Amino acid sequence: MTEQMTDVLLDVRNLHKSFGALKATDDVSITLRPGEIHALIGPNGAGKSTLIKQIAGGLRSDSGSVHFAGQDVTPLSTVQRARAGLGRTFQISSLAMEYTVLQNAVLGALGQSGRVMRFFAPVMRQAALRAEAMRALELVGLADHAAKRTSDLSHGQRRQLEVAVALTLRPKVFLMDEPMAGLGASGSREMTGFLDGLRAEAPILLVEHDMDAVFALADRISVLVYGRIIASGTAAEIKADPQVRVAYLGEEDAA
Amino acid sequence: MMRETLVNVFLFLLLPVTALAAFALDEPFIITLATKAAILALAGVGLNIALGLGGLVSFGHAAFFGLGGYAMGILAAHAQSYTPIMESPFLIEGTKSMPIIWLVAIVVSALAALLIGALSLRTSGVYFIMVTLAFGQMLFYFSISWPAYGGEDGLSIYVRNGFPGLNTLNPLTFFAIAFAVLALVLLFAGRLARAPFGLALSAARQNAERVESVGLAPFRLRLVAFVISGAVTGLAGALFADLNRFVSPTMFSWQTSGEIMIFVILGGVGRLFGPVAGAALFILLEHVLGGLSEFWHIYLGFLLLMVVLFARGGMIGLIAGREVAHD
Amino acid sequence: MSFILLVEQVLNGVQSGVMLFLMAAGLTLIFGVMGLINLAHGSLYMVGAFAAAAVAAATGSFLLALVAALAAAALAGCLIEMTVIRRLYDRDHLDQVLATFAMILIFSEGTRFFFGSFPLFLDIPAALAGPVTLPGGIQYPLYRLVIIGVGLAIAAGLFLLIARTRIGIQIRAGEADREMIAALGVDIAKLYTLVFALGAALAGLAGALVGAIQSVQVGMGEPVLILAFVVIVIGGIGSIKGALIGALLVGLTDTLGSVLLPLFFANFMEASAATSVGSSLASMSIYILMAGVLLFKPTGLFGEA
Repeated sequence: MTEQMTDVLLDVRNLHKSFGALKATDDVSITLRPGEIHALIGPNGAGKSTLIKQIAGGLRSDSGSVHFAGQDVTPLSTVQRARAGLGRTFQISSLAMEYTVLQNAVLGALGQSGRVMRFFAPVMRQAALRAEAMRALELVGLADHAAKRTSDLSHGQRRQLEVAVALTLRPKVFLMDEPMAGLGASGSREMTGFLDGLRAEAPILLVEHDMDAVFALADRISVLVYGRIIASGTAAEIKADPQVRVAYLGEEDAA
Repeated sequence: MMRETLVNVFLFLLLPVTALAAFALDEPFIITLATKAAILALAGVGLNIALGLGGLVSFGHAAFFGLGGYAMGILAAHAQSYTPIMESPFLIEGTKSMPIIWLVAIVVSALAALLIGALSLRTSGVYFIMVTLAFGQMLFYFSISWPAYGGEDGLSIYVRNGFPGLNTLNPLTFFAIAFAVLALVLLFAGRLARAPFGLALSAARQNAERVESVGLAPFRLRLVAFVISGAVTGLAGALFADLNRFVSPTMFSWQTSGEIMIFVILGGVGRLFGPVAGAALFILLEHVLGGLSEFWHIYLGFLLLMVVLFARGGMIGLIAGREVAHD
Repeated sequence: MSFILLVEQVLNGVQSGVMLFLMAAGLTLIFGVMGLINLAHGSLYMVGAFAAAAVAAATGSFLLALVAALAAAALAGCLIEMTVIRRLYDRDHLDQVLATFAMILIFSEGTRFFFGSFPLFLDIPAALAGPVTLPGGIQYPLYRLVIIGVGLAIAAGLFLLIARTRIGIQIRAGEADREMIAALGVDIAKLYTLVFALGAALAGLAGALVGAIQSVQVGMGEPVLILAFVVIVIGGIGSIKGALIGALLVGLTDTLGSVLLPLFFANFMEASAATSVGSSLASMSIYILMAGVLLFKPTGLFGEA
């Protein structure tokens, strides 16, 4: 079945990447449609981080291409892809720890506005940036903590801030690397509920280990094993796929 | 009022009060010391933009200090000997007018910082430190072996340069000029830190990956910071050479780079008034301790060591406490 | 430019290079294993030279002087490692630069306090003074040849140490993954002190050997320190092989440059201008070399990214 190419917001086509003899990414293609959450799962060592880097821009693929909303971003750097509409969150929270929650969010809004070479007017008083930042903080539920120092936040709050900064970018596509990482049961449930609503902002390519979240959220799931996508489809299809069961559960069938 | 603001006000008033008191007590030498402190503080404020705000450990900032000094020296030397610097294709004559000298010093230092920064910022960590040191050394050795402007012996300027409408020979007047420049630059640096550029630059220091992921390029931010930083330190160099009416290769030396770093660290790296505190402390040590013992550098060394090991925020950090995240 | 002069200058370059190697090897080990930038290395060089000069003056024995240099530098190294340096391993580079810079101040002024500002003299031992006739009829100072020999022998010894001994394995493992070797039960504190002392001893030896050719005075270590840093940046931080190749490159560039460049410029300038332009360029040439290397390989010739 052919996809409506104009509809696809993230289009990863036939990526290949080898490190010497090791084929880390083997003909990987993924698409993301508006309003969709597409989960990428796979055992450890499958090559998820290598793939993420090729999509986000830190690693050059041997062949293949990446497109955001029709634009070919393959030759672009990480910075340029962020400007082209990629909102990325990291597996290990990557925030400016000395800053307040609000400052981190304003940083994101500033990046989105692109007007960084301004040297005189105080940035934290710029109404437009503050409004954008507060909107994102309200959406993730951190608005009350805006003045808190990031280093004083709990782990769960940092994961929330991570998402808030991505929100300020008003991205075309979210690339989320294990947003549940380190969250306990209730934190994961909250994040899951939140991500469910987030798809209205922009579709999400969700790389996750937490299967409850994946099956609750994903419209489509792709399974990455040894650099190849071995299966791709709905949650029900994936659960029933024999190759997936072998990859995850080994030869023994877990009843 | 926040403690740091109180400390800043104190530091801001310290130098002019000292100078005025010295004037009242007819101690022109102390006015000169206050002037020296203001100028060295200016050099430190320049470095602090790259180091404190940007996190760039430049061990070669003497390159800009020296370029500013030699800009002054060359312009003034040609003016005092009535020979033009260049006759073709353009006529460029010397000058002893401070505003013009400052402009030249700023432009030359900024261009040098652009070139040095563009090359050095492609490296990071210890490589960056070494490359910046190397560029400083290059200029040092060049100035020693280029005979036209004194070489190792340096260049003397007989009369202090002029400022329209003011008698610059008067120590208090020259102090006022230097302090006014320092005050203006502090105002600018303070605004810079709070501006969009400052937010992004400091964020890049804390987490470059985060800055990239919001679509801002750390390299460009750092290069601009390096250029501004070099320009300010260059301006300080021109003033310093004017104060001493002498410029020599020592202004390019790595020891000078180290000293500028010491002012910044003693006061508190990243604090706006840190270099003012550090420079004032350094001058105090140099003249009080130096009067007591010719080996006063040992005490400076121990003090620096103690600050680095136990008082990371420098003097301002000790007094005003941990930096409050603003807004 | 006669052939004899050229050979002489090449040998001088090699001699200068192997001494630089002694400094650079210590620096690169310390950075590779402990992640520490050590600006105080020049001070350890100076300590070795002063110890040698003092002992030579007291006993008349050059050999004892060398032993004293090794011992004094190693001891000084151990002392500062245990009191100051070990607090810096976890700190950022800025703190390390400043703290070790502070130590330069302390060492330099301290030495000046004890020995005064005038240079000390360390004489080449009579047995090693005088020229040697090389194949081709070239006369070259025996002492400098001995220095080259000692330097190369130490290089070989270091390679063997790193490649073949248990300490060497610990060093290589420490360079690769600091946390891991602690987890594997290696006594990190002792290893670090040992590496630091080894680096210090090499620096002290270099100071003593060179002190006999140049003079022994306060501040003699810093120019060598800076050159040694240039060497390890060119060679790649953490690589002993890089340190050797870098050191020889820098030594040769420096020596040959200061002789050849003025001669080159004399072809189209008058003598005094040629000398000044030539010497300026020569002294800058090492840094130009370093900048050039970094442009193509930002982590040096043999360094890891």
